[in-house]
Amino acid sequence: MWPNEFDYARAGSVDEALSLIGDEGKFLAGGHSLLPVMKLRLAAPEQLVDIGGIDSLRGISANGGLTIGATTTHAEIAASADVQAMCAGLASACGQVGDQAVRNFGTIGGNIAHADPASDPPTVLVACGATINIQGADGSRSVSAQDFFVDLFETDLEDGELITGLSLPNCSDCQCAYVKFPHPASRYAIVGVAVCLKMDGGTCAQADVAVGGATVKAVKCAGAEAALAGSTLDDAAISAAAEAVKADIGDWLAGDIAYPESYRQQMAGVFLRRAIAAATG
Amino acid sequence: MTTRIFGSGIKRREDPRLITGEARYTDDIKLPGVLHMAVVRSPYAHANIVSIDSSAAEAMDGVVAVYTSEDIGDGLAGLPTAWLIPDSDLKTPEHPALAKGKARYVGDGVAIVLADDRYRAQDAADAVVVEYEELPAVIDPEEAAQDGAPLIHDDVEGNIAFRWAPFDKEASDAVFAAADVVVSERILQQRLLPTAMEPRAAMAQYNPATQELTLWCTSQNPHIHRFIISAVTGLNENKVRVIAPEVGGGFGSKIPCYPDEALVSWAAIKLGVPVKWTETRSENYLITIHGRDHVQHVEMAASNDGKLLGVRATVYAGMGGYLSTAAPGIPTILHGLLYVGPYTIDSIYCESIGVMTNGTPTDAYRGAGRPEATFLLERMVDNVARALDMDPVELRRKNLIPAFEDGYDVAAGLTYDSGDYPAAFEKALDMAGYSDFRQAQADAQAQGRYLGIGVTAYTEMCGLGPSQVAGAVGFQGGLWESATVRVTPTGKVQALIGASPHGQGSETTLAQIISEELGFPVEDIEVVHGDTTETPMGWGTYGSRTTPVTGAALAHASRKLKEKARVLAAHLMEANVADIEYADGSFSVKGSPDQAQSIQDVALMAHLAWNMPEGMDPGFEESQFYDPPNFVYPFGTHIAIVEVDAETGEIELQRYIAVDDCGPQINPEVVAGQIHGGVVQGAAQALCEGVIYSDDGQLLTGTMQDYCMPKADMFPNFELGETVTPSPHHPIGVKGVGETGTIASTPTVYNAVLDALAPLGVKQIDMPLTSAKVWGAIQAARS
Ligand SMILES: Cc1cc2nc3c(=O)[nH]c(=O)nc-3n(C[C@H](O)[C@H](O)[C@H](O)COP(=O)(O)OP(=O)(O)OC[C@H]3O[C@@H](n4cnc5c(N)ncnc54)[C@H](O)[C@@H]3O)c2cc1C
Repeated sequence: MWPNEFDYARAGSVDEALSLIGDEGKFLAGGHSLLPVMKLRLAAPEQLVDIGGIDSLRGISANGGLTIGATTTHAEIAASADVQAMCAGLASACGQVGDQAVRNFGTIGGNIAHADPASDPPTVLVACGATINIQGADGSRSVSAQDFFVDLFETDLEDGELITGLSLPNCSDCQCAYVKFPHPASRYAIVGVAVCLKMDGGTCAQADVAVGGATVKAVKCAGAEAALAGSTLDDAAISAAAEAVKADIGDWLAGDIAYPESYRQQMAGVFLRRAIAAATG
Repeated sequence: MTTRIFGSGIKRREDPRLITGEARYTDDIKLPGVLHMAVVRSPYAHANIVSIDSSAAEAMDGVVAVYTSEDIGDGLAGLPTAWLIPDSDLKTPEHPALAKGKARYVGDGVAIVLADDRYRAQDAADAVVVEYEELPAVIDPEEAAQDGAPLIHDDVEGNIAFRWAPFDKEASDAVFAAADVVVSERILQQRLLPTAMEPRAAMAQYNPATQELTLWCTSQNPHIHRFIISAVTGLNENKVRVIAPEVGGGFGSKIPCYPDEALVSWAAIKLGVPVKWTETRSENYLITIHGRDHVQHVEMAASNDGKLLGVRATVYAGMGGYLSTAAPGIPTILHGLLYVGPYTIDSIYCESIGVMTNGTPTDAYRGAGRPEATFLLERMVDNVARALDMDPVELRRKNLIPAFEDGYDVAAGLTYDSGDYPAAFEKALDMAGYSDFRQAQADAQAQGRYLGIGVTAYTEMCGLGPSQVAGAVGFQGGLWESATVRVTPTGKVQALIGASPHGQGSETTLAQIISEELGFPVEDIEVVHGDTTETPMGWGTYGSRTTPVTGAALAHASRKLKEKARVLAAHLMEANVADIEYADGSFSVKGSPDQAQSIQDVALMAHLAWNMPEGMDPGFEESQFYDPPNFVYPFGTHIAIVEVDAETGEIELQRYIAVDDCGPQINPEVVAGQIHGGVVQGAAQALCEGVIYSDDGQLLTGTMQDYCMPKADMFPNFELGETVTPSPHHPIGVKGVGETGTIASTPTVYNAVLDALAPLGVKQIDMPLTSAKVWGAIQAARS
């Protein structure tokens, strides 16, 4: 609980943050993932660059789609009427992160940069086709959420690159839900399932499904999507999707000694059913 | 007559300072020039220490010294084990403050660093280079007791520290041989982390001029700490002052004297400057004692018509790498003697084997031995019910000891003080609506929902205890308490006690006792504790003993003062003592009620001593040593109703009913608080808490991200009820209530879950009942 020595600087702008970060630096957003690992001495950055004071990184704007700044907190996202309207699953996922104090401090940018496999927001971002906006010393770029998450605690982010925010398509005509099975100790996800269903009358025109928690990263589930798309979401289709989802995540399973991979894989099927019920209910 | 203060649920007087963060804990105390101690700890569960190179650490800024066990030499004696169970072939392996040549659990101290700053101390501790030769480790106590297990202490053959089996084996075997039914189960009492809200801390200051050592530390028993620190440092006991400032919970984990307290003391003496150490939460989980850790092989015998005939068990109790202060007493005296419970069981047998392992040392954790006994008993009663196809409630009802008021001898050799088990049992069943529940359960099952009920009848032994018994069972101390009631000239009371409460609310309840006895308003009474120089001798706060034992001492001291007051009041009013009447803190003469002396008036006159009766000494203060003639035996019945989600294995605790009898309740709110907290802790053992080690002895549940502490939203509103059966041998009839919740709730919740799972064919699951394990058991039973 006693971190190694480090320097601290507070950046006033994105450019300043990028110039301060150096080789051994880390951006500090809400600190709710970074500081615990520093206190456990699992990480020992020499320089922290606090991005909490950069106004341009914070806030939510709706113009056709959604743009969310990197340092926007989970609480702000959960409470946003725009997010609730355009991506109800993300509002729900952010509202289920940790407890109120965590949601008031933790940021969406820090959450995805940290890429904890048991996090909640990444699952929705992958399901809903979000784009991550990144800026580095050499300019800016965008990458799809699906490509952004690479592996356990591993992202596409290069050293020194800053997430400035993310963009989401307007999904207000979708039925979208995120359902989580919380780990009783940490309340992170044992399994989290996001579904985004576009209905055309009684038929499911398009289904987007992603699973996290049970996996090393949020995984888009093509098999489950195929089972649902074109169906009337009848029992047979849902059962087929609940089976398919287990295969979809088969290569990416993660677990721990208390909640092993095999259990989490089965639970992905159960919670897919529950997510569909929540989305359509 | 004003409202009686005794029995009223006044607010806890300690809460404002605790809730507002104004309380001063050991770590809050700042001394100028203090050095901070960080401990280099073994990352291996079992390893030879080949070499220690501290040169880099010593060269770092702010580092004053790095010491190993070689530097300490004979400057510190090994930490003693203070519960020496007789007739058990007990071995007490050396427990040096820093490992000598070999580390025996992850976290075993290898070196200490002293620096001017806590961060620098930790940086330097990381810079100490220790070369280890890793040895095979063993964590499971039953495995550790097998031939060929890695040997942890050369002088503890087969890792068996003791073997305790005081009951008649032949008699027990005969009962089992003749019984109609015998049920058996292997029960795992998993290791638990006590997780007091305040981790441990210690700060020592030595005055070379007076050769006095002051140790501030997180202690449940400062006088025991004084005794042990005196023994390990060689300082005379009257040169050691131990202060337990505010202590943020203990649950038993702050009873033992640990290496850390000895090390700050030694370093403060050696360097002549104050030395402070504060545990991190990670260290707390690694090095502060764990609880439970039994592997039990249990059997129960019964007749076909449902008479419980006998219980027997072989218990492998994990002691960890060293024998902690009271460790041997927990799985023996505090465990095996409880096998009768509230039932008319005539034959018990227990063989308890204390086994050294490469886990963190274990010791008393809330309930200490008694939860492990109550669990096995209640588990087996349910198993007998199932074997006989009998309603478990009917089976219990049939076997409960009938009501008794003054002594009931049981096969364990104990004499229960008083009890009316059937009354508490029926009350709890009424509150739960037991017969309606069975119908609701059947209806739910028809819809594919799984409800279950668990019913536990319990009694337990607490208020430890008669010192003669302590001596007979090898406890290296007395178990009496002492207290002084001191009244100032202006009529304000200081009650000085040797016990050391640390969150229980005793400052409130003990003041209520004095107020009841002497008539001072409760606001005018301060309870002073936690300082060996300010308070009289006492053996500490544990074993639900402070209210029964210290409370009795205070009641007696108050009564002595009241007698003095009565005589002095008579003298001042020129009346006969026999004519003095007392009500609400005021003495008056029979027949002339306008003439009166308040207790405050009398206190002042006793201090002034201008006009004392012949032979009466001045002052208004009395002390009492109180050695209880027997333990006290609170009892009750707890009921849990759960629903299991068969799809996921999740458990929902829907209702929890607790009827407890702790005699007259001094403060029902404080009693409720103890029961709430106890039930949560015990239910959490059933539902979610449990230490997990890797095979090589690494603690995998080293943070609260992995170790599941119970959370408020896991619990329904508790439904509490009480019956009141005074203890016949106690001056105010009270029994302890600090551990009853923990003792009763684990089997209650466990049995409820297994009841819910019975239709699915699930018979046993090791605790904790995580959803993954429950789901796995359902799948296994189905296939
Ligand atoms: C008790 C507790 C419970 C929690 N429960 C949950 C939960 O249930 N579900 C869940 O999803 N999460 C949970 N979290 C994590 C929480 O959501 C964190 O806030 C989040 O993961 C990290 O966000 P942060 O702003 O605190 O990031 P920080 O801790 O400040 O940073 C985390 C990492 O991201 C990097 N970083 C931060 N911002 C940027 C950026 N803009 N660009 C590039 N890199 C950046 C940092 O350098 C660091 O490496 C919990 C945390 C705690 C403490």
